Order: sequence, then structure tokens, then C-alpha cells
Amino acid sequence: MAQNESNIAVDLRGISKHFGTFVANDDISISIMKGEVHALLGENGAGKTTLMKALYGMHRPTSGKIFLWGKEVDVTDPKVAISLGIGMVHQHFMLVRPFTVTQNIILGMEPTGLFGAIDFLQSRKRVEELSKKYGLLVDPDALIEDISVGMEQRVEILKALYRGAEILILDEPTAVLTPQEIDDLMGIIRNLTVEGKTVIIITHKLKEIKHIADRCTIIRRGKKIDTVRVHDVTEQDLARMMVGREVNFDVPRGPFNPGTVALEVRKVSSLDGRGLPALKDLSFTLQKGEILAIAGVDGNGQTELAEVLTGLRNLVSGNIFLRNEDIKNLTTKDIIRKGLVAIPQDRQKFGLVLEFSVSENIILQEYDKPTFSRNGILLNDAIHDYSAELIEKFDVRPPVPEYKASELSGGNQQKVIIAREVSQNPDVLIANQPTRGLDVGAIEFVHRALIEQRDRGKAVLLISLELDEVLGLADRILVLYEGKIVGELEAAQADEQKVGILMAGGQL
Amino acid sequence: MSQLLRLRRTLKFPRALGLTLISIVLGFFVGAIVLLVAGYNPLEAYGIMIFGVFGLPRYISYTIIIAAPLILTGLSVTFAFRTGLFNIGAEGQFIAGSIAAVIVGHFVRLPIILHVPLVFVSAMVAGALWGSISGFLKARYGVHEVISTIMLNWLALYMNNYLIKLPFLHRVGTEASQKIQDTARIDILGVWKTSPEGREWRMENPFWGDILRSEINLGILFALIAAMVVWYIINRTTLGYELRAVGYNQDAANYGGIPVKKSMTVSMAIAGALAGAAGGIQIMGVTQEITVLAAMEGNGFDGIAVSLIGANTPIGVVLSGFLFGALRYGGTKIQPALGAPRELINIVMGTIVYFIAMPNLFTLLQERYFSWKKKRLDISLPKEAGGESKNV
Ligand SMILES: Nc1ncnc2c1ncn2[C@@H]1O[C@H](COP(=O)(O)OP(=O)(O)O)[C@@H](O)[C@H]1O
Ligand SMILES: [Mg+2]
Repeated sequence: MAQNESNIAVDLRGISKHFGTFVANDDISISIMKGEVHALLGENGAGKTTLMKALYGMHRPTSGKIFLWGKEVDVTDPKVAISLGIGMVHQHFMLVRPFTVTQNIILGMEPTGLFGAIDFLQSRKRVEELSKKYGLLVDPDALIEDISVGMEQRVEILKALYRGAEILILDEPTAVLTPQEIDDLMGIIRNLTVEGKTVIIITHKLKEIKHIADRCTIIRRGKKIDTVRVHDVTEQDLARMMVGREVNFDVPRGPFNPGTVALEVRKVSSLDGRGLPALKDLSFTLQKGEILAIAGVDGNGQTELAEVLTGLRNLVSGNIFLRNEDIKNLTTKDIIRKGLVAIPQDRQKFGLVLEFSVSENIILQEYDKPTFSRNGILLNDAIHDYSAELIEKFDVRPPVPEYKASELSGGNQQKVIIAREVSQNPDVLIANQPTRGLDVGAIEFVHRALIEQRDRGKAVLLISLELDEVLGLADRILVLYEGKIVGELEAAQADEQKVGILMAGGQL
Repeated sequence: MSQLLRLRRTLKFPRALGLTLISIVLGFFVGAIVLLVAGYNPLEAYGIMIFGVFGLPRYISYTIIIAAPLILTGLSVTFAFRTGLFNIGAEGQFIAGSIAAVIVGHFVRLPIILHVPLVFVSAMVAGALWGSISGFLKARYGVHEVISTIMLNWLALYMNNYLIKLPFLHRVGTEASQKIQDTARIDILGVWKTSPEGREWRMENPFWGDILRSEINLGILFALIAAMVVWYIINRTTLGYELRAVGYNQDAANYGGIPVKKSMTVSMAIAGALAGAAGGIQIMGVTQEITVLAAMEGNGFDGIAVSLIGANTPIGVVLSGFLFGALRYGGTKIQPALGAPRELINIVMGTIVYFIAMPNLFTLLQERYFSWKKKRLDISLPKEAGGESKNV
């Protein structure tokens, strides 16, 4: 792929974007070749989305020029971008839920036949063709509310293709996908480039970049650090450029020294939200001083398991013993008081009150303890001091207790939750997908925190969809499949293949 | 950093105030256009209105009298809103409070020092009961509070009209109830000022005499104290903390061990108590009786506007309550002086109110919209809880 003028699809020259005094993009220049998969790598808040929104016409850059196929263009709004052959799939999908796939795709550009009637059949046919051509396997008549997240994403891709996109921007497409769906997406991206499309993929997952991208531009704090050929660099190199320091993928840990049983789950069954069996006679024990990982593909009972353990969901049968005491069907608050805390799967929904300040979030489970309130009156000084202490200890940025939680980055939000949970000095810590959506630096922090708990002789239950995370952290691995434990592996004998087979419902 | 933040926080309030002031001016401007189109001189109309509010001591006093219950119903709506509940029922809670005030004010005999607080508390309790019904229905059966409060408004109205007609409460020959005892009145010097000595004194002291011509009463004091108490509860107590947590994010509140359902009922009860108090001071300070209602009087509905204009903060509600009182009272002056039809004046006043409420309405809708977007995202993420959650 020679860097020859005629091959350049998109040429960003000196793009800067200011929000008030804040510089989100600082003089960024990138040339993107026709037919390549170009990755944009950067931590949360680095300015990746902002840069792509400038290309897609969602806002005007403060300065800089955009060239498309060698000609300067003025992308005033997304409509212009679409007419220029640029498509963008956003981090948050924008589909109308009660509509079908086809209805969504033609929304806003309905082809009209005689008397202005929507020529529905014709568009449906095109949707089907496109879907087949790129291996998207989308049912044109399915309702959006009935299809999976992965499918929704494909509908978004299809929507862009339908509108004639030659250059496709995917903003963190894998953040919401299961490992299998990620593989499928990679296949789709390949099909797209085979057909000559240019793909820009925003991500902070290094493995995916190695896997799919031809070249990668690293952005840090609004500045371009470098554009590299992916082939020539290691994941370690990419991580260093992204974070600006060496990143340790392998967090050092003490010797494995398991103690007595901290938590015992005995023949637990429970239903999911639709009333179908989600956990079936599940049994395992968790010891002090170990990290026990529950591996599995999403939707095999992980959510229900976490909810059952934290008191958010009732059992149908079975028992849960926390240090020999049955905690089945106690309230969340009682369970917390007895020494079992959790890092919830969805930090914005369950973990934080986003409109609350950091300090208000830190006392969420303890506001009515005498340390923080007396006679129903909050002790603001004590709350402030305690929060400031935790903020410093857990390196929450910005280090301001009064800062609104919603104004923090995802990684720092997670730090607040971890600070709150770990500081209650629990015997058992349940971490449900604790690094979902976080970037490398923050992931390292979370992993350190989990290992520190383990090294202090606490019991840690890690529920994770990331195989790497499971293999990297666990002392022992259980594989969850269709609500049952289908395999147990010591860390030493486990590898990606073995766990992968069990996760897919196979046998060793 | 922290200093900067504090600066930003302190800047935020005056900015909101500035925005409101701009929209007040804008509202009057558009109101002026309406008047012009209808063939009246807006300057003259507004002149009459301003004189009608500030021209005489008595006028100012009237404005304050009208503002007091509006501040209380505004606080009521605000309080519920902080728990994420939309209290359309301040109207009915107001009526419940006034009924209780009349009954306790008429039948109980006590010295003034005990009677006034007792009547006030009774009005609050009645309002609280009325409000907590909606809170309970929502918590227990998931009945939306907007629906239940609207229904309870009508129930309160018919109950009012029914009770008045009962022999024990009916004042014969009128469309009204018995009057409360003098010991339950909070209008200032209310009994004395109509006595011969009172009349004489008022002739000699024109300023105070003029003020006393209005039903000047202690209601505004109650309203201001209530605003302070509400601010304190919301911002400084564990109860307020719980209610706000529930209002912002029920799931996280539940996860943190806050009793969500109880919070809803408590919140609606307190909101009801505030609206009931508004009914109480209206009885004790102004009307001394309840009358047959042909339609809703709007004390509670105006509270929604007051709360909106006040951006759902107690201090904002106090300011907007006064503003609203002035508009309501000043508006009535234009009509006879100009000879303009009442409907026109209502349109002009309505326009002004709309404009003032608009920026806050936008903010509110924006928040709703964003939270809608967020929720939408939550749904598209791998399915979360679902089913029965049990702590609540
Ligand atoms: N409309 C906006 N107004 C103010 N700041 C913004 C806006 N959009 C993004 N930012 C800020 O710009 C920075 C970069 O954001 P973004 O491009 O979304 O990062 P990411 O690399 O995670 O996609 C962040 O600090 C974000 O808070
Ligand atoms: Mg982004």
C-alpha cells in the first residue's frame, strides 16, 4: 500500500477542535488509504470520537482541512457527509425500536413510487441484497426490539451502506459485543475491504487492532502520537504509546495461598427476568485468598448469578452461605453489612447515581452509619474528608469530592465504585465484568485492585466475558454454560482453547 | 481545580437567574405584541399593572398574600420532583388541607397560641394523607402518580362540595361552610381592625391602615420557613439524600440499600403536607371558610408553574412565587382599567408565564431526553436485571 496521492481516501490536515478553552483535538493530520482498515487508538476522552464527528459533519473543526479523494470538502452536516459517501456507526445506536429493520434503514430517505407512496418492496430487496453481499445476515423484516445488540449494530452498518457509504466509521463497535459477535464483526469488516470500502475503526482494544487493522493512529490527550503499521509493532508498543507509560499486562501477585471457605453456593436455582430458568442447581465454593473466575459467553447466567449473590434476585431453591451463615434472600443492604460487596456489571445503572457528586456516591451504602450521619443529619465534613482520602488513595481524577460522577471518565467512575466497595473491608468481593468498556490504563488499575484483595487474604469472585482477563487473573476457573458449571480448571492447566471449548458447550 | 469548581458552581446560579430575567423581559415583550394586536396600548397596560402591584402599601400586601400559598404548592411540586415524582395533585392536597383546617378551626376550642399550630398541623396532615395515597399506589401497584393525583384532585373537589352541604358544617343561607374560630386566625389584627378603635387608629395611620385593609397575615412567614425546612431536608438530611438518590437513579439507590418504595410514599406525603399547609394558611389567613367549588381554583396547578420557574430549588420557588403572585394580582388590575376583556388579559398573563417557564422547561425536557437516550442504551446492552427485584 504505497502512500501515493491517488490512493488516499480521507486526508485530515491539521484538524483542531476546541470546546471553550478545552482542546479536544490538537492539530491532527491523518491520511487514510482506500481499502484499508485504519484504527484510531486512544484512551477514553482522548478525542477519537470528536475527530470522527468532524469528518462526519456533526461539528465543525475549529481549524484544519478535510480532503476527500484529493479534493477539499466542507462537511457542514451529516447529510453532506452521507452524500460524500461517508457513513458512521455511533457508539450508541440510533434505531427506532418498534420499527422493522427495513423501515429503519430507509428512514429519512424513503424511496417513493407513484403518488409518493413508499416503494417498500424495492427497498426491502436492496436491504436483502446488501445484507447478503457483505455477510451481514440481517432479517429485513425483524423488529429492532426483537433483535440482539450485535444485530442492531449490523443494521446500523447496513444503513450506512444503503446510503452509499464508501468510507465507514465504526465508533467502538466491539464495546457491546460478545466474543463471538466480535469475531463475526471482524469477518464483516474483511468483506467490506474486499469490496473496496475503507473502514475507520475506533477502539481501545489492542488485540482487535492487531487482528484486523492495517494501520493505526494513536491519539493521546487530543494529540496525534503516531501512525504505525500494525504489523510492525507489538501490543505492548501500542499500549505504551496510548497511555504514555509502560503498561503491565501481568500484574505481580503473591503466592497462591487459599484459606478457609468464604462463600459457598449450594444447589442454587433461579429464574431470569422472563421467568425462565437461568441458574440450574449451581454449586461452588470460594476460598479466602483466591480469585475464582466464572468464565462464559454472555447470557449464560452471569447476570443472574451476580444478582442472586448480591440480594437483587430471589432464589427458587438452594442456599448461599457466607462464612456458614445463610444469606439467601437477605436484602442487599444486609448482605453488604455481612461482608459481601460487589462491583456491579453496569456501573452507570447500578453502581453510581450519576447526578450525585463523587462524595455522595462514595457514601451510598454507608450514609446512615454514625460516621456519616447523626440523628438523620448528614455530617458533611466527615463525608468530605473521607471521600478526599479515598479519592487520593484510589487516584480518582479530577481529585475533587464535589465533582459530579457523570463528569468523570468511565475509568474514574469505576475507581469510585471500587474505592467505595473495597473500603468497606469486605470478606468477599464480587466483580461482575469490572473492566467492561475501560481502556488499558484503567483495566490495569482494576486488576491490581482485585489482586490486592486476594493478596490480603480476601475472597474474590470474578465474573468476566473476557477470556484474557480470566486467564490472567484467576487462580481457579469455572465455566458457566446455560446456567450450569460445566467445567473447573486450575489456572496452571487452563488455556484459551480449553476454556473456549467449555464456554461453547463442548467437552474436554 | 477545586477553587475553579467552586467558582463555577457559584456562577451557575446567577446565570440561571440571568436567563430567567431575560425570559421575563421577552415574555412581557410578546405579551405587549398581543395587546397591540388586540388594539390596546401595552405601555398603559403594564403601567397599570406595575402601579397595581407597587402603587399602594395595600397592593404590595395583596401580592404577598397571594404569593404565600403559591410558594407552598410550588415547594410541594418541587419536593416530589426531587424524588422523580410529578405531583399534579397539589390542587387536591390543597383542598384536603383547607377542609381539615376549617373543621379543626371551627369545632376545636383552644387558646390562640395552641389553636393556630393545631389547625396548621391538621392541614398538613390531611394534605400528607392525600398525597401519600398516590405515593403508596405508585410504590405498591405501579400506578402512575400523574394519573392518581389527577383523580384525587377531583375526589377532593367533590368531597369539599359534599361536606359543605352536610348540616354539621353548612352555614345556613350560604354556599359556604362554617367559619373558623377567631383563635384560629392568622390575619394580623384581623378582629381588632374592624372594631371602632381599630377603624379610628387606621384613619390616623394611613400607611399601616392601608396595609391592614388587606387580609395581611402570617402565611408568608409559614411559607418562608417551609422553604428553609425543605432546603434543609433535601440537602442536609439522610432522608433528603435517600429521596434524591431515588429520584436520580432508582436502580443504584436500590443497589445501595435505599428503600425505594418507602421513599416514594414518604416523598409524596411530604409534598402533600406542603400543599395542605397552603390550604391551611389560605383558610386561617384569608377566607376562614371553604366554599362550594365549581371548578379547580388552580392553587396547585400554579404551583407546578412556580416550581418550574423556580428551577425546582426552594430559593427559586420563593422568588418565582412572588413573581407569580404579582402577575396574578397585577393582571386583575388591567382588565377594569383598560376595559379589555378578561380572556385577553389571561392570554397576556399566560404568554408571560410561558416565556418565563420556557428555559427551565427546555432544560427539563433536555434532561428527560438525555436520560431517555441513556435508558435506550441500557436496553441495548446485554440484558440486565429484569423481573422482580425484591429490596424495593
Ligand atoms: N460537545 C462537547 N462539549 C464539551 N466537551 C466535549 C464535547 N464532546 C467531547 N468533549 C470532550 O472532549 C474530550 C474527548 O472526547 P471524545 O472525543 O468523546 O473522546 P473519545 O476518545 O473517548 O471518543 C473529552 O474530554 C470530552 O469530555
Ligand atoms: Mg468515544
